Amino acid sequence: MILENLGFHVTEASDGQEAIAWCRASMPDAILLDWNMPLMSGIDFLRQLRTEPLGDGPKVLFCTVENDLSHINEALKAGADEYIMKPFDGDVICAKFAEVGLL
Amino acid sequence: MTPDDLSLICRIVRARAGYVVDQAKAAIIENRLGPLVRREGFNSLSDLVSEIKAKRDERLVWELADAMLPKDTAFFRDRTPFTQFRDVIMPDLEQRLGTSPLRIWSAGCGTGQEAYSLALTIDEVRAGRAGRAVQIVGSDLSERCLERAAAGIFNQMEVQKGLPIRYLVRHFERQDEAWHLSASIRQKVQWSRVNLISEISTMGQFDVIFCRYVLGGLEDLMRKQVLSQLAGALNDNGYLIVGRDEAVLDQAVGLSPVWGSSDIYRRETALRIVA
Repeated sequence: MILENLGFHVTEASDGQEAIAWCRASMPDAILLDWNMPLMSGIDFLRQLRTEPLGDGPKVLFCTVENDLSHINEALKAGADEYIMKPFDGDVICAKFAEVGLL
Repeated sequence: MTPDDLSLICRIVRARAGYVVDQAKAAIIENRLGPLVRREGFNSLSDLVSEIKAKRDERLVWELADAMLPKDTAFFRDRTPFTQFRDVIMPDLEQRLGTSPLRIWSAGCGTGQEAYSLALTIDEVRAGRAGRAVQIVGSDLSERCLERAAAGIFNQMEVQKGLPIRYLVRHFERQDEAWHLSASIRQKVQWSRVNLISEISTMGQFDVIFCRYVLGGLEDLMRKQVLSQLAGALNDNGYLIVGRDEAVLDQAVGLSPVWGSSDIYRRETALRIVA
């Protein structure tokens, strides 16, 4: 809702494999990614994404309750661009999207 | 709240901090002062005002003025002033001759995010290289804010509003629900209680002054006076950075906007007549 209000067209995937399929069909500008997802964890999705053709294109922002430094470091190492810790608000989303150059 | 009470509150804030509060906005006033009322153990804001009227307790008067001032701040607020500081202002300052430390002032620093954003930027730009020493001073009218600033402890919302994640992982540690800034960055900033509408010459001279979202709240005459003092505290060719929409184009104080910007000014070199 926050993202749609910012003018983004948002598509939701129910798990990592579906998300990979979506990306193969049409690579998005940004991906908001939870750590804990069915079938494929967020970090596994990210590693897979970055090996896909054009997979280095999307800005990837984790958005998760996994708020400790070890998770954040692991995400950055795997190629995440930003990390949003839950809970958050609309200002945080705006700040993070600005940080990755999308606002 | 009676109109008299509201009027007294507005007069106190204006006299102590030069800050203009609209007396008609009673709800905002009561909202801002609610935490102070509870902290001081009063049943209502009217009781607190009655106490001030009866005793003129200086500490309570200052607490009231402090509580009325806006506290909004964020790491790297508005981003652009900090990228310009990193990409243009710092290189300009670094290439100037001199051995004295570069002095940077975050005036009206609130809880310290602006001063720390500058410290983090310099730390990243220098990347361990030796360079001219840098002194960063954060000042505010509020002791309460300065205590929080010096502690360098921020909540999860605060570290997510403007602070790039690379700085969080490099310079913060999480303890329970709070994020603690590293001692190495905290030590780069000195804190000082300064009322900008008073005499500020004891602060010395600076190469850069960030004074953002402070001037806009001041009454016109006070704003000119503060601006003039800030301009006087700048070294020749020093930079003043104000908030967005706080344009201070005023040739009288010897400041010129730079790079077509409405929020970055440079102090003109003093005219020197050589006979």
